[in-house]
Amino acid sequence: MLEIRIHGRGGQGNVVAAYLLAAAAIDGGRYAQAFPSFGAERRGAPVAAFVRIDAQPIRRRCQVREPAFLIVQDPALMAVPGTLSGLQPQGTILVDGAVASTNDSGDNEVITMPATQLAMEHIGRPVPNTALLAAFITLTQLMPLSALLDALAERFKGPVLENNQRLVEAAAATVEAGRWQEVAHGAGA
Amino acid sequence: MALALEGSLALARTIALCRPQVVAAYPITPQTHIVEGIAKLVADGQLNCEMVSVESEHSAASVALGAAVAGSRAYTASASQGILLMAEVLFDIAGLRVPLVMTCANRALSGPLNIWNDQQDSMAVRDAGWIQLYCATNQEAIDTTVQAFRIAERCELPVMVCVDGFTLTHTLEPLELPSADEVDGFLPAYVFRHGLNPSDPRSLGTLVAPEHFSEVRHAHHQALLRSMTEIEQADADWAAVVGRHCGGLLEVRGDPDARLGILTLGSVLGTLEDAMDMNPDLPRARFIKLRSFRPFPTEALREACAGLDVLIVLERAISPGGGGIVGPEVQMALANLENPPRVHNFAAGLGGRDLSLDLYERLVTTVTQAASSQPFSIIDVDTTLLPEADR
Repeated sequence: MLEIRIHGRGGQGNVVAAYLLAAAAIDGGRYAQAFPSFGAERRGAPVAAFVRIDAQPIRRRCQVREPAFLIVQDPALMAVPGTLSGLQPQGTILVDGAVASTNDSGDNEVITMPATQLAMEHIGRPVPNTALLAAFITLTQLMPLSALLDALAERFKGPVLENNQRLVEAAAATVEAGRWQEVAHGAGA
Repeated sequence: MALALEGSLALARTIALCRPQVVAAYPITPQTHIVEGIAKLVADGQLNCEMVSVESEHSAASVALGAAVAGSRAYTASASQGILLMAEVLFDIAGLRVPLVMTCANRALSGPLNIWNDQQDSMAVRDAGWIQLYCATNQEAIDTTVQAFRIAERCELPVMVCVDGFTLTHTLEPLELPSADEVDGFLPAYVFRHGLNPSDPRSLGTLVAPEHFSEVRHAHHQALLRSMTEIEQADADWAAVVGRHCGGLLEVRGDPDARLGILTLGSVLGTLEDAMDMNPDLPRARFIKLRSFRPFPTEALREACAGLDVLIVLERAISPGGGGIVGPEVQMALANLENPPRVHNFAAGLGGRDLSLDLYERLVTTVTQAASSQPFSIIDVDTTLLPEADR
């Protein structure tokens, strides 16, 4: 079972990101589950959302404590206690940041990509979730990028959808396809 | 085909398939998405229904009561403080034997304020006279909701479908929705024999004097007990349509030969099942999923517990100054078995405390080390945070 934890702040679309990822997996014929861990629901507060993906039906409903992957929507959250908690030894971190970089010097590789900046360019809103998902799917090859586009098409239409589609393509191009494929396989995806 | 749906949205679509004619609700976390979903289906013209936005839960229940009595299939949903605010009307609905369905998106009660999941809210109205069915999964919540309308209308009793807030309502997962034909074939058009009808005038809910009140209560109690047959039948008949069971009154899962039992209500079961399978060195358990808490299925429970040495009753609410709520009822039901199991009663997951995979090991090791039943306790209490006198 592959487990992913998404950290962000209220209003950044953390739950939507988790739902999109799980929906893309389900539409691809796998079992998946996505759910939030709400604090009091208010903009700016640190929040987390969880995704599980498996070939079997998923029975457990506890929070994800030992994820294989972290997606962090605000770089400032990297310093907040709890964000990195329980990350698996081979686990990796995808984080939004001003400058794209790959840091494999520590125990867990950290890839930074300018998700908010790309979102501003393509959809005019500082919401990093879709760009991070596009990069995450490209890195892990968990599913074809078209699965994310299909999941977006179920939520949006018209110009909003078209802008999101362009955002997905731009974000996917910022990272190395398949770089985290083995981590994803190792985690049972 | 399974669709990727949030539990609340799946419930909204299921309720629409049941063709309610009046929905009255007031939004409250974590019920909100259900009502929003229904409102959107009405606004989009996909559900022909009068959606009444009321100013409080007391009014929501009152409108649903009035609508059902006037001849409409009615529905409402609430949680937590909303359940408490409608409590007065919940007793009326049941006492007047009005068939309607509500979803309780289970949440803790104030104070202190807490928006997260436990089951204190539905337990607080345990004695209101409603049927209470607890759902272990979102799929069960979907299937139970369809069944609930038939149970309510055949028994002339209201049914509360209890769905763990957030843990189920806010989880997106693959879910099977029934087709409109399947639901239409299962649910005949709404009829309420004792409804208000100007061509056959009568009163409902008038003063009942001491010489009749005990009889009213007795009849209500008997109706709840009789509804057990209908709850089982609805589940069997719905299974014949969609191929999925919810367990009737209760369901035995896990290892049927185990001497250790764990009784649960709601969504914690899957986590315990996974934990047992992940820990082959630990004693195995027979899980008893209690689906119907009201009516309380005494006979089915005695059968399910036959041969157990130890039974853990794990519940999501407490009766302060008493202890557990479900535990003592289970203990009483089993008391005159030939060899009743030792019952250990715990509350866990209060106010949204995560029910993690290690819960199974902690439960099993605690009770296998204990020679006798332990007093009721809440799991995971950090007593160092408390003043000396409260530890």
